[in-house]
Amino acid sequence: MSEAENQITVRVRLFGHYKDRVAANVLENGALVVSLPADGTTTIATLADILAREHVGLNDLLAKTRVAVGVEFANAKTILNHNDEVAFLPPMSGG
Amino acid sequence: MSYVRLTNEVLDPQEAVDAIQTEADGAVVLFTGVVRNHARGRTVRGIEYEAYAPMAESQMRRITEQVEARWKLSCAILHRFGYLAVGEASVVVAVTSAHRAEAFEACRFAIDTLKTDVPIWKREHADDGTYWIEGDEAVPAADDDDVTSTELSETHNIAQPA
Repeated sequence: MSEAENQITVRVRLFGHYKDRVAANVLENGALVVSLPADGTTTIATLADILAREHVGLNDLLAKTRVAVGVEFANAKTILNHNDEVAFLPPMSGG
Repeated sequence: MSYVRLTNEVLDPQEAVDAIQTEADGAVVLFTGVVRNHARGRTVRGIEYEAYAPMAESQMRRITEQVEARWKLSCAILHRFGYLAVGEASVVVAVTSAHRAEAFEACRFAIDTLKTDVPIWKREHADDGTYWIEGDEAVPAADDDDVTSTELSETHNIAQPA
């Protein structure tokens, strides 16, 4: 299941101005690849805390965005699995 | 019956109608959203649309399913991404029905829901810079050649009178 014994990795997709806040050279195929503890209780809130610590511009993610795992809306308490794609979605403006 | 398409090609509103219209229909309600030349009192030259494509398509499909479930009507949605000049169509919503009243209602539901629940964002090219439009806020965007810009905290309320 997990990549390393005690870790999972997820891909993080950023949109709107949040993408501008991360240097392009840290993205792999448009995503941040983040390693997380694989204890079965790692949530989107855990991920947001890690992103806030590692990237100055991402300290307010959960306050300002909705989140999705895969193509489904999720929330701060959603538990993450290895290879999940997590998207932080600012207020949308299509149309 | 429903139909959705996310594309970087020019939109043809008739495509949406043709995808869903049958001989039982007495009404076709067609909404087309186009890029206008102004926002928040500024001149707009064009808008780049960025989509989280797999989720955007899935959410567009969900809206057509909601229209089918709630009104028993067919709905087609087309949305474009990439750079659009002023006057170009960014979105097309069509609803067909035996009668007009519920078709108007369903079409309005579809475009209103699209604006809040389909992960697509405008990057607006205005005369004084480039802005990400995020709900009611316009957030200055990094220049195309300066993606590490840190001067991104200022926001403007787009609800201000134009």
